[in-house]
Amino acid sequence: MAILEVKNIEKHFGNTKVLKDVSFSLDAGNTLAIIGSSGSGKTTLLRCLNFLETPDHGTISVHDKVIFDASLPASDNEKDLRRKRLHFGMVFQSFNLFPQYTALENVMLAEQLLAKERPDFKQNKKQIYAEIEEHGKALLAQMGLADRMDHYPHQLSGGQQQRVAIARALALKPDILCFDEPTSALDPELTGEVLKVIRSLAENKTTMVIVTHEMSFARDVADQIIFMDGGIVVEQGDAKQVIDNPQEERTKQFLSRYTQG
Amino acid sequence: MPEMFWSVNQSLLLALVDTFKIFACTLVFAIPLGLLLSFGSMSKIKPLKYLIDLIVWVFRGTPLMLQLFVVFYIPGILLHNNIWGSGTDGRMLATIVAFSLNYACYFSVIFRGGIEGVPAGQREAGEVLGMTKSQIFFKITLLQMIKRVVPPMSNEIITLVKDTSLARVIGVVELTHAGYAYIKAAGIIWPLFYTAVFYLLFVGILTILFNFIERKLSYFR
Repeated sequence: MAILEVKNIEKHFGNTKVLKDVSFSLDAGNTLAIIGSSGSGKTTLLRCLNFLETPDHGTISVHDKVIFDASLPASDNEKDLRRKRLHFGMVFQSFNLFPQYTALENVMLAEQLLAKERPDFKQNKKQIYAEIEEHGKALLAQMGLADRMDHYPHQLSGGQQQRVAIARALALKPDILCFDEPTSALDPELTGEVLKVIRSLAENKTTMVIVTHEMSFARDVADQIIFMDGGIVVEQGDAKQVIDNPQEERTKQFLSRYTQG
Repeated sequence: MPEMFWSVNQSLLLALVDTFKIFACTLVFAIPLGLLLSFGSMSKIKPLKYLIDLIVWVFRGTPLMLQLFVVFYIPGILLHNNIWGSGTDGRMLATIVAFSLNYACYFSVIFRGGIEGVPAGQREAGEVLGMTKSQIFFKITLLQMIKRVVPPMSNEIITLVKDTSLARVIGVVELTHAGYAYIKAAGIIWPLFYTAVFYLLFVGILTILFNFIERKLSYFR
């Protein structure tokens, strides 16, 4: 069953159309990789899902419920918008960890702030905070960072920072976890540790949308692939099929550059 | 002679209290006001932004000494009523108002730079984690901004120490005023020169304080 349904999304900045009639759907537990050259609109598409950009046209539905409809006036108050946002988690290319907090604090912060809105917060404050801390520690341990919890971001390598960022995004248990070129800012030696973590998330049936330039990774890990060019979806389908046997001329052209090395 | 030295010290210390009053009150009012102005200058509401740009231009574009005169005398001229009240308290009040407005304008530009210097990715990371605008400001942006503005703010605050000497033009008996008074009253000029020691000590303590703050904030980058 489709957990995410994106229909006819359009987005322009000024006179430049960045997304043209983009539609796709994603089943729960599946991984979607979005590939394409720079400027093809894939990052903008991801940012639309996370409400960092507002599409000019189209709808976004999660669990068969429309959470965004461009034809309706944006009347959301901050609280509603936040609740909708929490369907999605986001891992950025440049990590964007909060530098003044330790790894563990980065992971716990949003959960602690949300907990304050719970009606039982005042009575059970201690217990709630203890649970959040336990959850944060478990997530970092899952990322292989059990011994780095009290480090500040600048004391961590890029690969470690990105793994903290993944733990931070997972902390709020999003329905769909989005990655925007998660390894593009990393040294080649460090990409492996991040890809390994994403791979294990895929094996655990985390629903993910990954914008990536790692073609072999996309082929291995993703269930579905979307190839974008010039703001349109040129080709989409089963991951191995799209990579191994592309149908569209533009896709073949794009992929040949990667296979030639 | 030693008696003279102690009496000068005594009167300069007394004047230093007023110098400190101007200094401390200006910071207390100008920092929050400067923060408000910086928000206004980044506002999407264009008329508000232009209005604040105009205010900042006027206060940074004219001498602080002139602003002291205007703030102190204009109410009396226009309203035929000295709203500052008579006596030294009124002069002090007018001084603090003029200084606070002037420094708030300088601070607002520094604060805006500090806020805009925090990468957009920080705010976006907060947004996708479901934080409210105020949570993002207080939990993420503020401390990063403070770290950025400490060096330029320390410059401005040290300048403020010495700018307090301008208050003598509307008759506030601050440090320089008290030192200068000895020329007429006793025919000696060394007390005026001697005020430098007080300014230097004042600024010295501030410098130590700023170094301490910078060290405290050096645990992150």
